[in-house]
Amino acid sequence: MNDQANSFKNQPDERGHFGQFGGRYVAETLMPLILDLEKEYRAAQNDPEFAAQFDDLLTNYVGRPSPLYYAQGLTEELRKTAPEGKGAQIWFKRDELNHTGAHKINNCIGQILLAMRMGKTRIIAETGAGQHGVATATVCARFGLPCYIYMGSKDIERQAPNMFRMKLLGAQVIPVESGTGTLKDAMNEALRDWVANVDDTFYIIGTAAGPHPYPELVRDFQSVIGKEARAQMLDRINRLPDMLVAAIGGGSNAIGLFHPFLDDKDVEMLGVEAAGHGLDKEHAASLSGGKPGILHGNKTYLLQDEDGQIDEAHSISAGLDYPGIGPEHSWLKESGRVRYDSVTDTEALDAFQLLCRTEGIIPALEPSHAIAAVAREAVKMDQDKIILANLCGRGDKDIFTVAEALGTEI
Amino acid sequence: MTRLSNAFPADRAALITFITAGDPSVEDTPAILDALVEGGADIIELGMPFTDPMADGPAIQAANIRSLTGGTKTADVLNIAKGFRARHPNVPLILMGYANPMTIRGADWFADACVSNGVDGVICVDIPVEEDDSLGDALRSNEIAVVRLATPTTDAARLPTILNNASGFLYYVSVAGITGLQQAAQASIEEAVNRLKSGTDLPVAVGFGVRTPDQAADIARVADGVVVGSAIVELVEKYGKDAYAPVRDYIASLASAIASAR
Repeated sequence: MNDQANSFKNQPDERGHFGQFGGRYVAETLMPLILDLEKEYRAAQNDPEFAAQFDDLLTNYVGRPSPLYYAQGLTEELRKTAPEGKGAQIWFKRDELNHTGAHKINNCIGQILLAMRMGKTRIIAETGAGQHGVATATVCARFGLPCYIYMGSKDIERQAPNMFRMKLLGAQVIPVESGTGTLKDAMNEALRDWVANVDDTFYIIGTAAGPHPYPELVRDFQSVIGKEARAQMLDRINRLPDMLVAAIGGGSNAIGLFHPFLDDKDVEMLGVEAAGHGLDKEHAASLSGGKPGILHGNKTYLLQDEDGQIDEAHSISAGLDYPGIGPEHSWLKESGRVRYDSVTDTEALDAFQLLCRTEGIIPALEPSHAIAAVAREAVKMDQDKIILANLCGRGDKDIFTVAEALGTEI
Repeated sequence: MTRLSNAFPADRAALITFITAGDPSVEDTPAILDALVEGGADIIELGMPFTDPMADGPAIQAANIRSLTGGTKTADVLNIAKGFRARHPNVPLILMGYANPMTIRGADWFADACVSNGVDGVICVDIPVEEDDSLGDALRSNEIAVVRLATPTTDAARLPTILNNASGFLYYVSVAGITGLQQAAQASIEEAVNRLKSGTDLPVAVGFGVRTPDQAADIARVADGVVVGSAIVELVEKYGKDAYAPVRDYIASLASAIASAR
């Protein structure tokens, strides 16, 4: 009878812990600010005005609800190579059609409203692929707040179009040379900025990670994906999907899709990490190839050596190129509720092209990982089964990376 | 712990000095530690290198990278501590660093390692009071001091939370920011130290951005300890394996300024 105790949706606890994961591992200078943010978030959660503002912006600025789409072309293509009677129906939640081209904007809308509630006048963010940077720069332009984006120098090289977008939107992009010049170093540098500017600065974290309450509030803002998808499924075909699939870097699009379904026992869930060159080589699959540790404010699975030094991650997708993962995914893995698998650079590139050809949709490299896993799973499932995958970003930003990987000059 | 409580003289402030273990190399660190003691340091903070030192400024970031690039392992850091304890039986030694290298083998493992290698206390940058159970309990039950940090953002409501279970001394981070960049105004330091001292009997040491003997003397007039880190690390960067004499002389200049400050 104790539904609450048996629910997978009652995390985190009051200290921000998801089982042994999560928490608030930050420098003391930031603690009062983090506690303040939590207080303000609780107040916002109980404020109908905040919800109304959030919903209005999602509807009229972002373009929600995003469509739920039956991918008939991909479904039929996969059935050609599937055993007799196999080949599940594939549906997509089309968050790549959001304003700015990815799911990242959902969270940015929520966080900038919080920032303004708290009276903060300066916004910082980290970005990997540049999608979160673009989304942050977008909401800053919309609300007239100065915006500073930390981006690894290696990522700037491979994401030149997004770099330029951020500049057009009025953001200052600060290249991060330290470490490996990727997402984790950008996050270090954003934390250094934050600790030096606690009075006026709000840090818009891009994924469901970092110190409590970030993993929770990012999840809540992104849960619009799963709430819509669940309602749309029931509305369109009067049943829930059999399996949800989403790509995972930090894990915000995945937790956003999964969370509203967590207590639907018959819905299987698959999170897809980036296996890079392969799990025995350089990769970014923290759950498959890492172990629990503490970084960037939370305890979670990390790629690290036996001394706890953080390893360099690798993925062709800059958005997945991070040696950690949001703490709720670590907990969902250990609790067994969600299954986690991985997809290599090569498999993701194949899936990228497959979707272009069969559906006329150019996906980002991040959801291309999910699509590769969908292809792998669909041929093992009966034709009356339904897979719902999150198409969390569009691929315009990736065409240069893909062209280079395919040996094509453009 | 006794070593640590004896390190704060009644008539002057203690000089607390930081270097990163394994910088410029594991082999050269012992001599630099000796230079700190020879120059007159009262307490040594030995930095455990970490790949992602997000609370540190450029100087200490670079030291972490030099150390790790040179191949420093946790076992090397502990060996350096052990050797120091053998050479300097009375000088307190504190390990300072980040949560992950300290907790990766378990809090009990780390506390045992501190005991068996002569470490007196630990400063963990990214374990605030709220996460104390992930390391603090194990350290305290092994009588290793858990040195807490107070900052300019620590208000009167939060101070008791920080002081609960604090030991050794209270480290006042005088600047909201990262290590080594700028120093706080003397007036704000004085105000903060007085406020902190009214809440605790622990010695209060002040750090972040302290570079010159004059700055050290100013702080020594009001605080129980002065912490210097980045300026020493920059000397190590400049002189590398020949850093012994310049570090010793620099520390001596700080020690002498502190000795005559009151």
